[in-house]
Amino acid sequence: MSVADRSTFKRRLDSLGVTVSEGPESACADLIDEAAGDPAVGVALAAEGEDAVDSTAALPARVETDPTTAQLRAAHTGVTDASLGVAEYGSVAIEADPAGTEPVSLFVDRHVVVLREADLVPDMPDAFEWLGPKARDESVDVVFATGPSATADMGGLVHGAHGPKEVHVVLLRDETGEAAADPEVTPDE
Amino acid sequence: MSSDSAKGERLRELMATEGDAVSENTRGFNEGRYESTGRLDDYEALKADAREIKEDAIERLPELVDRVRETVEANGGTVYVADDAADANRYITELTAEERDADRLVKSKSMTSEEIEVNEALEAEGVEVIETDLGEWVLQLADEAPSHIVAPAIHKSRESIAELFAERFDPEDPPETAEELTMFARERLGELVEDADVGMTGANFIAADSGTMLLVTSEGNARKTVTATDTHIAVAGVEKIVPTVEDFAPFVELIGRSGTGQDVTSYISTLTPPVDSPVPDFQNDADPLADGSGDDRDFHLVLIDNGRMAMREDEQLKETLYCIRCSACSNACGNFQSVGGHAFGGETYSGGIATGWEAGIEGLDVAAEFNDLCTGCSRCVPACPVGIDIPWINTVVRDRINRGEADPRQTDWMFEELVPDEEPAGLDLRTRLVGNYETLAKWGSRTAPVANRLADAGPMRAIAERVAGIDRRRDLPEFASESLVDWFEARGGARVPSDSAEREAVLYPDTATNYVDVDRGKAAVRALEALDVHVRVPDLPGSGRPPLSQGMIATAESAAEDVYAGLATHVDAGRDVVVIEPSDLAMFRSEYEKFLPAASHERLAEASYDVMEYLFGLLENGGDPAALRAPLEGTGPVASGRRVAYHPHCQARTIGVGEHATAVMEALGYDVRVSDTECCGMAGSFGYKSDYYELSMDVGEPLREQFGDTDRTVVAAGTSCTEQIDALLGDAPMHPVELVAPRE
Repeated sequence: MSVADRSTFKRRLDSLGVTVSEGPESACADLIDEAAGDPAVGVALAAEGEDAVDSTAALPARVETDPTTAQLRAAHTGVTDASLGVAEYGSVAIEADPAGTEPVSLFVDRHVVVLREADLVPDMPDAFEWLGPKARDESVDVVFATGPSATADMGGLVHGAHGPKEVHVVLLRDETGEAAADPEVTPDE
Repeated sequence: MSSDSAKGERLRELMATEGDAVSENTRGFNEGRYESTGRLDDYEALKADAREIKEDAIERLPELVDRVRETVEANGGTVYVADDAADANRYITELTAEERDADRLVKSKSMTSEEIEVNEALEAEGVEVIETDLGEWVLQLADEAPSHIVAPAIHKSRESIAELFAERFDPEDPPETAEELTMFARERLGELVEDADVGMTGANFIAADSGTMLLVTSEGNARKTVTATDTHIAVAGVEKIVPTVEDFAPFVELIGRSGTGQDVTSYISTLTPPVDSPVPDFQNDADPLADGSGDDRDFHLVLIDNGRMAMREDEQLKETLYCIRCSACSNACGNFQSVGGHAFGGETYSGGIATGWEAGIEGLDVAAEFNDLCTGCSRCVPACPVGIDIPWINTVVRDRINRGEADPRQTDWMFEELVPDEEPAGLDLRTRLVGNYETLAKWGSRTAPVANRLADAGPMRAIAERVAGIDRRRDLPEFASESLVDWFEARGGARVPSDSAEREAVLYPDTATNYVDVDRGKAAVRALEALDVHVRVPDLPGSGRPPLSQGMIATAESAAEDVYAGLATHVDAGRDVVVIEPSDLAMFRSEYEKFLPAASHERLAEASYDVMEYLFGLLENGGDPAALRAPLEGTGPVASGRRVAYHPHCQARTIGVGEHATAVMEALGYDVRVSDTECCGMAGSFGYKSDYYELSMDVGEPLREQFGDTDRTVVAAGTSCTEQIDALLGDAPMHPVELVAPRE
């Protein structure tokens, strides 16, 4: 992940109408709490990356992480993590799993998606370089989601045709300090 | 007064009922395509990558089908390769109705499933089929067919959808706005999805190396269709297979941009089924979602041949299999923008590429019903993300239709002298008259003004309309009594001697310039000589464009050989070939590739220039702009002469010579406004035909809107553009070379 990728990613999300909040892993639960509506269901965040053991990223207690189908149906917000972000497009990769990441991100009005900055890649070819081995070796199912569900079939652009009407990205900063040390960092880009 | 034919009638009806909605949407998509592809740094490179992947995949298709079978089965799925629609439907209905005993199947949008008409087959076995794509659902409720391969209901206005919902559901508070209509559909369809037993999707691409399928969607209905049901059937043409997952990347970047002008659609699903998600049990919804039910999922990939493997063996139709169904060729097409896919389409597919699909899948007779609507304007060619020569496929199919429909018993000896073509006897007369335009023009020029007077006489126009299908509302070309070649010889040939010339050029006397619009030829000679070019105007045969436009390939090929024979010595002597008529230059540069040996085509293509491109080159290389005609200095009415409205010819745009005229005019001090219209709608002879007169005028309508009340001097390079703009604006434009050439 480069600083340029992060600013490109945020600019693209902004143009898609996706809101973003940023913070360190330790602030994850608070950021989700601010972004999620009520009731909220979710899937526990996978511990990923090199510092997985130390990961402090968590969901707030009010998010039901082992929902019944009825709770899913009643939920306003679904919280899941993303395996990858594609800066140039503002896309997040949602990986289907037995815990229900796909339905939790889909059968809701608002999807709050947690992405670690370290998982941001510059462009589509990078995303498919990442996907290739995982598809061949692990048979993964991944949706690259870019903004909310949309349709223009009813005579005008409307969000929330079948999937979420709103998307919020919680971007977790890389705490190794690489970004902070970069002189090109400008706030609020 | 209008044609009474059923075809013309149908077109007029569609223009009146669906034309506005279709044109607003397709023109919006088309503008979006320019904007979205314009944001790519490496658009052409991506297209080249995509093309290469498709060429390789289709070449290796049998091997890739085997590989997909291995990978999908290794993942726990099943692959069935269906020979045809009936075979596919038998497999799908047995699986759905018998094995699964399903009551309801939910579907996401899939053109291939439309092709095999699986809905009807399932319903016949008592399975309820629900289309979950909002546009498809609307059409299912209205019992209508898609009018566009990506946005199936673009022919329906918001108001008509509101009426449909009110009528079908009689809701207490009828939805009206787009937002209300969408939420109404979301809720209804959401309930229907919850109880569904089987989910069916298409597949945009399938990777052989992993068994991964890619779906391009925006609404999320494909995601729900797959997630909410434990049995997933994917229906896809065999041509959707690419070798690897990494090969998906260029297509993901191109497909949305090329189609609806979206950089990427909301959801790119890359599934390696059976998928890992649990199946939400909406009936027993007190149970945990994550109940391990994902392990019981069942996946069936039904690959459809249905004529595709035979298309692969057909050198001409094979390119159709590279199509990724993005809809760029529909949106870029003037005729499609006016009538939509209900006219410009066959059993399933619509737009320019549909001719290839329908000819390969259904047969020539289906393609013959709409193939005329491709005028060969070529605006789809640069729009196609995999570089398919769509006009060529249309030409080939037209040629086959011509030959297939020829009735050997019919003799047309009466017309043999006027139609000395290479085509089988019995070919439709109107086709042959247009195809042999060069001979007609020669004859007309020799006998002008008698021919002109006769041609314009009322009774003759009535006969022309009835026999040859030429609409009498069109002005016919008026033949000049002295051809350009004769004029040039009579003036004593070149004024700039070759030994003192900057360059030497052959001005190609295309049929229109030589026999009809001689003035633009004279202007071209003056402009070239003013910039010290030694000009020759030899007597040369026609380029073969008119017969090609009628699908008369053998005749066009023979013309190409004659033209090359006539030009080869000049090219060998280092002379440039300067062309006034853009459609003829497009022949030399593009279509001749099909007719001439590669080396000959390359030599001619490299030596040939559009006249405005050539003037631009001369000015760039030190030519004195003062030798050409600049606008007059002054104010008031004089100053308005400085202002120009320019419509570039469709094929000139495609071969990249549309903008040189703008550059030359601007270099001389003109203020130029360029038209946004892809094609004027005349497209050679198309607009002359009675069946297509109204359509042709409708396609030109945006030009009228843009230039209709302009005080600018209107210029256009194409002969047919000139005729069309005359009809649209009431005044014939001149060729840009006539504007900038010094006066006589």
